[in-house]
Amino acid sequence: MTTPGTRTTAPDTAAAEKAPADDGPETPVSVEQPERREVPERPVPVMECVDLNVFYGGFHAVHDVNLSFGRYEITALIGPSGCGKSTVLRCLNRMNDLIPAARVEGQVTYHDVNIYDPKVDAIEVRRRIGMVFQKPNPFPKSIYDNIAYGPRVIDMDVDDMDSHVEQALHDAALWDEVKDKLKDSAYGLSGGQQQRLCIARTIATRPDVILMDEPCSALDPIATARIEDLMMDLRESYTIIVVTHNMQQAARVSDRTAFFTARPDETTGNRTGLLVEFDHTRRMFSNPGDRRTEDYISGRFG
Amino acid sequence: MAATTTLDSRSATGLRHGRSHEKGLASMLFLGALWLSLFFGIVVLVTLIVSTAIDGAGRFDSELITNYDSTLNPETAGVRASLFGTLWLMLTTALMAVPIGIAAAVYLEEFADNQRWYNRLIEVNLQNLAAVPSVIYGMLAVAIAALFGTATTNIVLVGAVALGLLILPVVIISTREAVRAVPQEIREGSLALGATAIQTTWRQVLPSAVPGISTGTILALSRAVGEAAPLLLLGVGTILFTPNGFLSGFTAMPVQIYGWTSESQEDYKVAAAAAIIVLMVMVLALNGLAIFIRNHFQRRW
Repeated sequence: MTTPGTRTTAPDTAAAEKAPADDGPETPVSVEQPERREVPERPVPVMECVDLNVFYGGFHAVHDVNLSFGRYEITALIGPSGCGKSTVLRCLNRMNDLIPAARVEGQVTYHDVNIYDPKVDAIEVRRRIGMVFQKPNPFPKSIYDNIAYGPRVIDMDVDDMDSHVEQALHDAALWDEVKDKLKDSAYGLSGGQQQRLCIARTIATRPDVILMDEPCSALDPIATARIEDLMMDLRESYTIIVVTHNMQQAARVSDRTAFFTARPDETTGNRTGLLVEFDHTRRMFSNPGDRRTEDYISGRFG
Repeated sequence: MAATTTLDSRSATGLRHGRSHEKGLASMLFLGALWLSLFFGIVVLVTLIVSTAIDGAGRFDSELITNYDSTLNPETAGVRASLFGTLWLMLTTALMAVPIGIAAAVYLEEFADNQRWYNRLIEVNLQNLAAVPSVIYGMLAVAIAALFGTATTNIVLVGAVALGLLILPVVIISTREAVRAVPQEIREGSLALGATAIQTTWRQVLPSAVPGISTGTILALSRAVGEAAPLLLLGVGTILFTPNGFLSGFTAMPVQIYGWTSESQEDYKVAAAAAIIVLMVMVLALNGLAIFIRNHFQRRW
């Protein structure tokens, strides 16, 4: 096991410790993982939120969020419950479309295209921006079919589905555990394995960005550590945006952190989420620029 | 500490002097009333079945199944025509009602915006339709036949229209429940991979809902099998042949039984009792199939 806490503060040692913890040579991404590279001062944005406001009916859920998500970085969205971080995440691949009363104002750009432009097809957006959910939600199918489902429904050009499935399971560090029972139901897996299966399912469609909505909140610490290791591996090829309630997790895995808080409306008492601070994770946790951030990460509220 | 003292003072003494009155007189009376209700329901049913079986005991022979109805030899009259008629009717009814019912339910559950007044109107009326007397559906089938300019309403197709309309609300309601029972996470998981709403419905929601849909549909069908009233309204009577197509004339088990019980000769009464048992076995077989499907294909989430 790595000691994940050291990663953000001392990236070089973390990377050195990381190597022996790998399951084996079959996960090429992790073997080649270099030392944790320096993240640029300003993100090289894959996605950006520009003055993003979200309403559920008359309820103002998120107020004026401006964020950039850098390529090959892990961005963590943290904050107390009801601060709108999950709402923001679900806007990024238009999952909020599924809620009839939800309304989005402002822009969410993906490679400078506003994904809320009326001409943009939400299905195409989701094919590029995958999502992993809080509760592991494998389909009631075999492990193999869980992975193959995505490539099949999006008509992906796959030469050999068997090796494609194998590769996805390798990339999600699950292959060794399931290689002998690919035809078994995914429900036979443990919670942590199910969540890695859901990650494998997502990367099988080769998205550009992976959104994770509290991916470890239903898992025990050991399963959580494995998912975190996996996230570090995936960071080499994907842009990851993760919502987490766990500040240690944000500190361990993320390159940048956005801290949200909720502000009660003076008349209605409805809590509107807003972005307080967005910075390098290391700086945010060692030297927060806003007192509310400091209070939150030091455990004084939230 | 205070908490410890409280715990100590309560300790185990209370266990022996329970004050929940779970074994009190009122509780026992209530339990007794529940048992009595159950007993009453079952006794009535068993009495009915046993007395019918005794009445029909004289006619549990192969001729009951293989012979046609007969006015000359009531003692060897059989249900062949109505047995096959009922099978034809069930099949045609299922073919008509099940696809339409499932499609309607999937639309209402997966695609309809239930904020719209017309969808809410449909919803309310579906519940009402399930409570409409079956005779009304017979009249509706006659009216539909008239629309198509046919006066012969005692054919399989028109009978199936009547019964299909009769079970449609039940099929829709049970399908909606089965579809609603599929967790939202499954839909979200599929959509997040870039599947369309139609792909998600076809490949995730419907396969997961199959056990619920088939159970509800079969139970609805087994209700329809016993319906005589709408068929009598269509002019279905006694015939002496088995149907050979959707436009063929037919008769059905409940109609046959109804006809026989109206006769004065004792032999017909015996035949009617035996035919009731045959019909009951058919219904039980359908219900058994429903239970089998439910247990065998049931999914856990």
